[in-house]
Amino acid sequence: MSVWDDLTGQADAIATFRAAAEESLAGDASRSMTHSWLITGPPGSGRSNLAYAFAAALLSNGNPDGDTATIRQVDARTHPDLGVLSTERVIITIDEVRTLVKNSNYSPSAARYRVMIIEDADRMREAASNVLLKALEEPPPRTVWILCAPSEADLLPTIRSRVRTVRLRVPAVADVADLIARRDGIDLAAATRAAREAQSHIGMAHRLATNENARQRREQTLQTALRIRSVSDAVVAAATLLEVAGQDAKAITAERDAEERENALRSLGVAPGATVPPALRSQLKALEEDQKRRATRSLRDGIDRIMVDLLSLYRDILLLQLGVGGELVNASIMPDLRRASAAATPEQTLATLDAIAEARRRIEGNIAPALALEAMLITATRRTAQQ
Amino acid sequence: MATRTSARSTTRTASKTASKTAPAIPQLEWHRVRPAPVVLVTGPEQYLADRASELLRDTLRAEDPSLEVSDIDAGSYAPGELLTLASPSLFGEPRLIRVGAVEKGTDQFYADLLGYLENPADDAYVLLRHGGGVRGKKLLEAIRAGQGGGIEVLCPEVKKDTERYDFAASEFSAQHRRVTSGALRALVSAFSGDLAELAAACRQLLSDSTEEITEETVDRYYAGRVERTAFQVADIAIAGRYGEALMMLRHALASGADPVPIVAVFAMKVRAMAKVSGRRGGSAQLASQLSMAPWQVDNARRDARGWDDDGIGRCIDVLAETDAAVKGGGRDPVYALERMVSVISSRGTSQY
Repeated sequence: MSVWDDLTGQADAIATFRAAAEESLAGDASRSMTHSWLITGPPGSGRSNLAYAFAAALLSNGNPDGDTATIRQVDARTHPDLGVLSTERVIITIDEVRTLVKNSNYSPSAARYRVMIIEDADRMREAASNVLLKALEEPPPRTVWILCAPSEADLLPTIRSRVRTVRLRVPAVADVADLIARRDGIDLAAATRAAREAQSHIGMAHRLATNENARQRREQTLQTALRIRSVSDAVVAAATLLEVAGQDAKAITAERDAEERENALRSLGVAPGATVPPALRSQLKALEEDQKRRATRSLRDGIDRIMVDLLSLYRDILLLQLGVGGELVNASIMPDLRRASAAATPEQTLATLDAIAEARRRIEGNIAPALALEAMLITATRRTAQQ
Repeated sequence: MATRTSARSTTRTASKTASKTAPAIPQLEWHRVRPAPVVLVTGPEQYLADRASELLRDTLRAEDPSLEVSDIDAGSYAPGELLTLASPSLFGEPRLIRVGAVEKGTDQFYADLLGYLENPADDAYVLLRHGGGVRGKKLLEAIRAGQGGGIEVLCPEVKKDTERYDFAASEFSAQHRRVTSGALRALVSAFSGDLAELAAACRQLLSDSTEEITEETVDRYYAGRVERTAFQVADIAIAGRYGEALMMLRHALASGADPVPIVAVFAMKVRAMAKVSGRRGGSAQLASQLSMAPWQVDNARRDARGWDDDGIGRCIDVLAETDAAVKGGGRDPVYALERMVSVISSRGTSQY
């Protein structure tokens, strides 16, 4: 049993981290170990899992593979020497970073190191990143920082120059399929299909393999896009996709929102159904705003998943149109792909791919998701598709 | 003439309410408010209610300058509060008790007030402000049935331009001042948003000028100001009247409209047009297909006359671009809006 077991297809990165942990625990921390790390890699490649594995290895006294008790504490995020900043909102605020920096100055209490992890470091704005600079450059002797981000370019140059970067690669479809088949007991063919359709995103592949609704939603997304024949269809399709993403997000957040509100009311001492006294309204308001921010984030994540699926669809169509061969992501809807590739020119498909990238950029810039989706899907109109 | 119209319209509203609940107490317009043991002020127009309350206080103070005024918030009412304030004091001054937010009152408040209605205090005037809604219905019915010898003051929402015109006219005639109808029209179009703003403008003109108020007077004070909403701008632009739309856009921006909601309104209208474009069938059938209301389908169809699919497609793309630009993606939000108006009023053919 080792912390490094369940990480798929990242042998190089694991070797780097394991060597660092081993040497530092042996007392020779001069070559492989450093105090600030940055793990980059595409979504779903296991950035944060690797960060926690490394943390567990560092926090376990004398065992670079991690001991059971520490692994359990790290998994529950309850280890006293582990500081974690992860967000369910769109951005990480400056106050959250300040608190983390303050905590990083305490000496470790149980282990040799204090480990501070920031998941989604790309969600820090410039001001929040600047708070981190001093702490990253000269942390207290036994504090280790681990940041995770999709790519180096997502962080400020001043942060980049203060960390050692470890790059993860996109795991191979076969590796992911193997992991899913082994861990969830799915037969290999279905696991391979899920892994391919998730484009090696491990979490997504797991969901597609085990959740019938997720599969159906993906199928519905692709079919909706393929059936667009006019501007009117495109606008209706945008509404459909938005609804799909909204349902996805709501399934995650609605129940939690109600529960949190109830808990908050109970801890404020308001009887169920009674009116909230004016003095307490601001607290509830803060809670509601928090929930709203979380909803925004999960809606955006849902839309982004849809766009990634559509990217794979039009990539496949382009491959067919150019006749270059290669593995198709959506091989399961081959007849539809052939029909769609005959209905348009490669130029049109490229324009659609560009439009999807543009829409992702626009949504990041906070424009109305409906508008971005509509503008994107209009370029996907294929009038001659019936022939 | 203007005041007469207003009087007629109020009688109509009053008679409509009357046929529903058959109140046994007089229902008055806001400026006819007079002292009574219980004055119930209902209706959604907060500004008129405030004016009625002010008027009542001034009347009472003119009768007896030692008037005691106190305020209660029905939403945070403590038991017995009303009785404490209403009971006679040592020197027997009259008392005006203003109660706000009756539509959000506590249960104890309604109980206390119903008890008070059976035996109102002498020389005490209770003004109840009820903004609408079903809460406190029992109390309203008791007052309307004549308990406590009350009156009701109606403050219906002022929505239409003609109603605003009447309101402004009555503001001037109440001070026995002459005003031309052109001046009134200019005033109403300059302040078509908040009623309080219109009233303030009227008061300003009343206190500053001595002779008859004409269009020139209004022009001198509020020259060129025209309030426009994003909806009006969008309607004109979609109808293809470029110059007029651009002018209205400038008016809208100058009178406080924000670029972001303007884009949202355009997007909503163009989206509706895109949905109905190229679809056949009756409006009821389409409405259920597209989850819109039948009248929305009809409006969108009327708007989409003369447009083609490519034009609508290009407009949606420009709208997305503009939305990004007004949310910080571009340098000049106003330029982005003008460009959008240009593209839309050319039905998507302009290469701006």
